[in-house]
Amino acid sequence: MFAYYLELALRSLKRSPGLTALMVLAIGFGVAASMTSWSVFRAVSGDPIPWKSAQLFVPQIDNWGPNGRNPNGDPPSAMDYADATTLMRDHRAKRQSAMYQISPSIVPAGAGKHPINVSGHAVYGEFFPMLDTPFQYGSGWGASDDANRAQVTVISSKLNQKLFGGTNSVGRSVSIEGRDYRVVGVLNDWNPQPRFYDVVNSGGFNSQSDDVFLPFQTAIQAAIPNDGNTNCNAVPKESGFIGLQQSECVWIAYLAELDDAAAVAAYRDYLQGYAREQQQAGRFGWAPNNRLRDLRAWLDDQHVVPRDTKVSLLVALGLLLVCLVNTIGLLLAKFLRRSGEIGVRRALGATRKAIYLQFLTEAGMVGVAGGGLGLALTCAGVAGVGWVLPKDIASLARLDVSLLVLTLLVAVLATMLAGLYPTWRASRVQPAWQLKSN
Amino acid sequence: MNLHFRPILTALRRHKSGTLLIALQIALTLAIVCNALFIIHARLANLSKASGVDESSVFVIANQWAADWSTPQVDAQVQADLLALRRLPAVRDATPATGYPLKGGGWDNFVTLTPEQTQPTTDAAVYTGDANFLDTLGLKLVAGRNFRPDEVMVMGTQQATFSPTAIVSKALADKLFPAGDALGKSFYAMSPMPSTIVGIVDPLHRQGVDQYSNAHAGQALIWPIRSDDSRGLYYIVRAKPGQLAAAMREAPKALLAQSRLRIIDPKDGIQDYATIRHKVYDSDRGMAILMGIICVVLLAITAAGIVGLTSFWVGQRRRQIGVRRALGARQRDILAYFLTENFLISAAGVALGVVLAFAFNLWTVTRFALDRMSLGYVGVGVIVLLLLGQGAVLAPALRASRVSPVEATRSV
Repeated sequence: MFAYYLELALRSLKRSPGLTALMVLAIGFGVAASMTSWSVFRAVSGDPIPWKSAQLFVPQIDNWGPNGRNPNGDPPSAMDYADATTLMRDHRAKRQSAMYQISPSIVPAGAGKHPINVSGHAVYGEFFPMLDTPFQYGSGWGASDDANRAQVTVISSKLNQKLFGGTNSVGRSVSIEGRDYRVVGVLNDWNPQPRFYDVVNSGGFNSQSDDVFLPFQTAIQAAIPNDGNTNCNAVPKESGFIGLQQSECVWIAYLAELDDAAAVAAYRDYLQGYAREQQQAGRFGWAPNNRLRDLRAWLDDQHVVPRDTKVSLLVALGLLLVCLVNTIGLLLAKFLRRSGEIGVRRALGATRKAIYLQFLTEAGMVGVAGGGLGLALTCAGVAGVGWVLPKDIASLARLDVSLLVLTLLVAVLATMLAGLYPTWRASRVQPAWQLKSN
Repeated sequence: MNLHFRPILTALRRHKSGTLLIALQIALTLAIVCNALFIIHARLANLSKASGVDESSVFVIANQWAADWSTPQVDAQVQADLLALRRLPAVRDATPATGYPLKGGGWDNFVTLTPEQTQPTTDAAVYTGDANFLDTLGLKLVAGRNFRPDEVMVMGTQQATFSPTAIVSKALADKLFPAGDALGKSFYAMSPMPSTIVGIVDPLHRQGVDQYSNAHAGQALIWPIRSDDSRGLYYIVRAKPGQLAAAMREAPKALLAQSRLRIIDPKDGIQDYATIRHKVYDSDRGMAILMGIICVVLLAITAAGIVGLTSFWVGQRRRQIGVRRALGARQRDILAYFLTENFLISAAGVALGVVLAFAFNLWTVTRFALDRMSLGYVGVGVIVLLLLGQGAVLAPALRASRVSPVEATRSV
C-alpha cells in the first residue's frame, strides 16, 4: 500500500513542478541555514573535557575589594602571584595548577637556524594528569621537578616535528630563551577548544595550539615574562616582572580537581579561611568574597560562546520557522486543490486513515527532497562558514555523520509536522459535496 | 479607484487558514528582517569608522627580540633600527610603539581627574611612541603641539612608566573637559603623577573594536615613551606616497641587516593597514554578510509563498472571476481586487510583525545586551514587506484579470 502512496505522491508532485520546487527550496534553505549555524554553535558551546568537567574547578579570590568587582559582585577572574602560589603551596585539592601564558623564543639546533617564537604556558606538573593530556612520548614532570625548579619541558608534537623531525625527543635538549631545557614529554595533538584551562588569556578560542610547557617556578626564576593579559587595579610599586609578582595585579589562571561534593565543600571552607586570614592580616579590607565554579559554570560565566554565534543561531531558527509556515500554506493549497480527487477516493471506499497516510507520505517526500537539498547546502555552508566568520571559530565547525543525519531528520520531521494541518483538512473533505459540484 | 473592502473581507473569511498563514509568515519575516537589518547597519557603521591613520601608506612590523638583553641594550637597538628605517628611500617616517589603531585590543587605562577619585571618569586606549608618532601615523593635530624629542622616556620590560605630558584624542579631551578647554589641563591615567595635555588629535581610533571599546569610542591618549620591552615591540612605518610595496620590501631587510637576533613572523609579521582593517572587522563583516544572506533568502521564500498561495486562489476562483467579468467588471477591477486583498493581509501581518520585531529586539537587549532598535528599521521593513507582497501578487493577479467572462459559463 505504501508503494502505492509513494507513486501517488510522486505523480502529484510532478503535476505541479513549480509548487513542489518551491517547497523543496524553502525546506532546503531553512534546514541548511539552521544546521550550518547549529554546527558552529555546537562547536563553540561543547564541553572540551566532558569526562572530567564536573571535577574541575576554578577558584577566584577577591584581592581587589568592592571597587574592583564586576557589576555582579564577582572578584577578578584571574589571580595575583601571592594568592596563586599560596594556594599551590597549601595543596588542598587532589590536583591543581597555577598557570600563566608565555611566548618564549626557541633557537633550533644547527648553525644558521633562525630563532622562532612559540606560545605556551608555565604550569605545575599536576597540570598534565589533571587534564588527561595525551602523550606521544614520555610524560609530564613530577612534583620534585616543580620544587627543584628543574629545567624540563613538555612540547607539542608540532614543535617536536619542527625541532626533531618527529622522532622520540625525550631526553634531548631545547634552547628556550637562551637556556637549555630537557624534553620529558611530547604531547599528541592537543588543542582543546575552548581553551578551558586559560579562558582569561585565550578568550576561549585559539586556533594556534600551545607548543611549549615549562614548570611554573622554573619559568618565574628564568624571568620568562607573562605574555597574556595583566589586569591591575593600581600601578605596581616596583617595575618589571618582579614588581608584577609583588603586586595585586591579576595574571595567573588556576584550576583545581575536586572529586566529590565533600571535597568541594572542604575547598570552599579553605578558600574562605584563607581570605579571612588575609583580612585579619590587614591585606584585605573587606569580608571574604570568593567564588568556586566548576568548569562548565566557569565557561558560561566567562561568556565563552560568542554573542554573535547565539544571535545567528536564533535568526537561523527563525528562518526555519518561516520556511515551515510557508510550507504549511503551500501544502494546504496543493492538497485542497485536489478536493475533487479526494472526494472520488473517499466515495470509492478509502478511509480517512488512508487519506491521512497518502498525504503524509506526500509531505514526507517533500521533506526528503528538501532534506537532500538541505544536506548539499549544509555541506556548502559549513565549508563556506570560514568566509564569513572569524577563523578561530569557523575552523571548529565540522561536518560529521551526526550532523548529516540530524539535517535529514529535521527536514523530514519538520515537513511532516507542517503537513499535519493540511492533511487533516484534506481528510475532512466531504465526498458528497465534491462529487456534486463535479 | 473604487475599493470595496467588504466583499474582499467576506471572501477572505472563506480562506481563513490560508489568510492566517500568509499573515503569520509576513509577520515573522518582518520581525526577523528588521532585527537583521538593524544588526547589519550597526556592523557596517563600525566598518566605516575613521582610524585617523593614513591607511594607504602606513604598515606595521611586529618585531620580537630573540636575545636576552637588558633595557639599555634594547634601547640602543631600537634607536639604531629607527634610524635605519627612516633612512630607507621609500620610507617617510617610523616610530616605536606598543600598539596601533585597529590592532584588535591592547593597552587601555582608566582615567580620572584627581588622584583620589575611585570611580574612573572614563577609559582611554594608551598609545606610546616617540616624537615621530603623529607624523608616522598621519594624525591630524587640531590643537597644541607635538612631542619634543627630549620628552621621550624609556620603558623597560613590564615597567610602569608614566609621562608628565600627553597628546589626547579630541573624543577623550571632550569627555574629560566638556567645556572644550582641555589643552594645558591634567588627568591621571592610573598613574601617581598627572599627565598634562599638550596636544589634541582628531580622529584617533582605539586599538579594540569590541563592545567595550565602542562604548568609549575614539577615546585615546598618546604618551611619549619608547618601548624597550625585552620581548619586542611594533615598528609603525609610513611609506612615501605610492611607495608602500617598496617600503614593505625594504624594511625587514634593513632591520635584519641591523641585527639578526629578532623574529619577524614571515606570515603576519608585516601588515599593511588594508590587512589590519580587514582582519579586525572580520566578525563584524561576517555577521553583516550572514544577516544579509538570511534576509535575502527569507524575503525570497516569503515572496514565493505569496505567489504560490495566490495562484492557488486564482485557480480556485476562475469561475467567480468569470462571473464578475460577465457582470461588467473590468480587467483592472479584478487586478485591483487581488492587489487590495493582498494589501489587507499584508497590513495585518505587518501589524503583528511590528509587535514581534520589538518583542524580539527587547529580548535580545536583555539577553545579549544588544542595543535597542530604532523605529527607522521597522519603518523600512514595513515598506519592504508591503512592496514585496504587492510585487509577488502581481503576476497571479494579472493572470486573474485575463480570465475571460466565458469562464462563467463553464462548469469547472
